[in-house]
Amino acid sequence: MSKATGAGAGTTLYSLFFFAFLFGPLIIMVVTAFNSSSFPRITPWECFTTDWFSVLVNNARLMGGLGTSVIIGAGVVVCAVPIGLAGAMALSELPPRLRAALYTVLITPILIPGVVLGISTIVFWGIVGRAFGEEYASTFYNGIFLTLIGQITFISAYAMLVFSARLQRFDPTLTEAALDLGATPGQCFRKILLPFLKPAIGSAAFLTLLASFENYNTTVFTILSDSTFTTALASKVRLGTDPSLSALAVIIIGLTLIGAMVHEARTRRQALLRSGKPQLSPLYANPVTRVMTHPAGIAIMLIALAGLLVYLGSRHDASACKAGILQQKRAVQEQLLEEQRARIRKLREKAGPATTDAPATNNPSPFGGAFKPGMLAPKEETAPANPSPFGGAFKPNALKPKE
Amino acid sequence: MTKDVVLDHVSVRFGSYTAVDNAYLTIKGGEFFSFLGPSGCGKTTLLRCVSGFVDPTEGRVLIGGKDMANVGPNKRPTALIFQNLALFPLMSVADNIAFPLEVRGISKRERRRRADELLDMIALPGVGDKKVHELSGGQRQRVAIARALAVEPDILLLDEPLSALDLKLRHHMRSELRAIQQRVGLTFIYITHDQGEALTMSDRVAVMNAGVIEQIGDPESVYDRPKTPFVASFVGETNRIAGKIIGQSGQIATIDTALGRLKGKAAGGRTYKPGDDCLLFIRPEKFGLAGDGAKAGTSDNAIVARCVKEEFEGSARQIFLEAGGVDLRAALVNSGEGSRRLSTDEVATFGFAPTSATVLPADQSGG
Ligand SMILES: Nc1ncnc2c1ncn2[C@@H]1O[C@H](COP(=O)(O)OP(=O)(O)OP(=O)(O)O)[C@@H](O)[C@H]1O
Ligand SMILES: [Mg+2]
Repeated sequence: MSKATGAGAGTTLYSLFFFAFLFGPLIIMVVTAFNSSSFPRITPWECFTTDWFSVLVNNARLMGGLGTSVIIGAGVVVCAVPIGLAGAMALSELPPRLRAALYTVLITPILIPGVVLGISTIVFWGIVGRAFGEEYASTFYNGIFLTLIGQITFISAYAMLVFSARLQRFDPTLTEAALDLGATPGQCFRKILLPFLKPAIGSAAFLTLLASFENYNTTVFTILSDSTFTTALASKVRLGTDPSLSALAVIIIGLTLIGAMVHEARTRRQALLRSGKPQLSPLYANPVTRVMTHPAGIAIMLIALAGLLVYLGSRHDASACKAGILQQKRAVQEQLLEEQRARIRKLREKAGPATTDAPATNNPSPFGGAFKPGMLAPKEETAPANPSPFGGAFKPNALKPKE
Repeated sequence: MTKDVVLDHVSVRFGSYTAVDNAYLTIKGGEFFSFLGPSGCGKTTLLRCVSGFVDPTEGRVLIGGKDMANVGPNKRPTALIFQNLALFPLMSVADNIAFPLEVRGISKRERRRRADELLDMIALPGVGDKKVHELSGGQRQRVAIARALAVEPDILLLDEPLSALDLKLRHHMRSELRAIQQRVGLTFIYITHDQGEALTMSDRVAVMNAGVIEQIGDPESVYDRPKTPFVASFVGETNRIAGKIIGQSGQIATIDTALGRLKGKAAGGRTYKPGDDCLLFIRPEKFGLAGDGAKAGTSDNAIVARCVKEEFEGSARQIFLEAGGVDLRAALVNSGEGSRRLSTDEVATFGFAPTSATVLPADQSGG
């Protein structure tokens, strides 16, 4: 083997490991979403099913949280982006000494732990509420309001960083030129600065929406008795996981992929247009492929594809297969039970009639039988109580012969 | 219709630093007026005072007799062409030119018509739909001028607009600017640190140094009759010879220098006392070589000098001389076959007419 091919093989191997490390968990998660086993796993493969999606959609708490998250996210975007823009503009206008001071003030909320922000938000607005003599039903004790305020305090700083980075590349003589040419300061802002900041506004809005959506530390306090998607998810995981979370992951991955592809199409199209000679590209010259490579065209196609998949998935019926699996399991259990009974009978015969009647749950295992599914099975038929310290998260519920 | 610009004892200070010191001058309507000075001498600051981006710390700026103290940049009858042009990169060429009309609420169709008219005027028809970055440097330059003219200003302010261009384009744009100025009849206030630019284009020139306006006059008087040592040495090439006054008769002062006794014109009608320290400035092209024709005829100012180096430049020969420990430079016109050539270390006699040399007091030392 030559040195070159050796290095090539090493690189390939490394790349494989690298991508396996990156994407392995995602792939496994996606696959588990379609396995009918009620614990997220790939083996043993039971039935291909799309039921976990409906389980997810029918989870009232999660869906309610999703609604709340969307409201809060929209509110945060609407408030944090303008605040961030104002902060960034103030920073760019100030003399250096003041700028450093203001920067520190604006950036502090990012450095403070989210937990502290959350608690202090409740405490502060509670005090304000009391000062106004408001009741507990008022806005000052409303989870959505508090979460909005709490998140805006630090998410605005993210938006500000995005805008600052962009503003640093702004040539201030452009505003001077606009002023000199007769524009009012307002016109300068609208016609010169805003168009320049447009890409940054897009990224800031996206960033703030994501930051609001995925925030847990602050939100878990400020949301009070309500719940957002993230907090609902967290409490669900605490009570035990099932493949409906994998289904959620599939949806998120799907949305991300669609977004990334549309974004990529947009970047390519812009690069093409900027090159000044879009006619030279065969994809652009042909009207059909031009529409198909247009970001909107790609978005429509991808959304249509996703819609089709959802439709097909909703029509898939795994109940026959599941019934079969159940049958099999029952048979296995019967058999195990039978074997056990035979064993007990033998033991009893050896020990003689003096021995007391040993229950079927007699268990020699130090783990309380948690890892010996066959043994536990008959008992569970009557008692669904859960002895595992993990809340059943690691208990193979599949073996629970629930109808 | 044309408006005078008056700088009425304008000073601009940044903290304790004085960028413009007591500028007092009147720029007449329709004039091509240049400010000439080295980098950092306050030219841009002065221009920004006129356009309204900087408020004078002291004094007033008057345009057409009106005090501009509380008039914002967008309300003044001026248009500034920035050192970096400041064209709007996200707009097309036509939108750039029509921007002043857009902010004045003029209809889209009319804007486009005006933009096309101006593009014709700057000899760039049909580029309206291009983006700014698709133009060459000289084309951008012209677009910036067209955009400023779209404002229909009374006064056009130009801040070293040609400094970014290559030499050939610069020469071309000089004549183009001058032609545009004569065609539209506007007041041009032009800033440059390139004396060639200032001298060729302007009706009048103000020479600045360290915030102070040292001399105002037409190009010839600034070049031939500098009033301060700084102006003498900054504008054009010159030789500077230090000495002491021996006597003065009328305009001609006689001074004692390391090169012997020399005569020159006492600038600005000054009278000197014997013993005063002074400087004599003589331009390289005013030298003549003895035995080589007309200029050297005067026996008054004969300098015996050793030739250090000669450079042939085509139209002239630059001769680097050394005499009495002073380095001198002479430029002799290439008049063809008959002209005398000097070899290195050859000693020759040079002369110049007393009226072509300028004597200035040495106390105001200049560059
Ligand atoms: N905003 C400001 N704050 C402090 N100092 C300034 C400011 N603007 C200009 N200066 C100072 O004033 C002086 C003159 O600046 P100006 O820009 O007028 O020079 P200039 O003659 O245009 O030079 P150049 O030919 O290099 O453009 C400089 O020393 C500069 O440092
Ligand atoms: Mg300048």
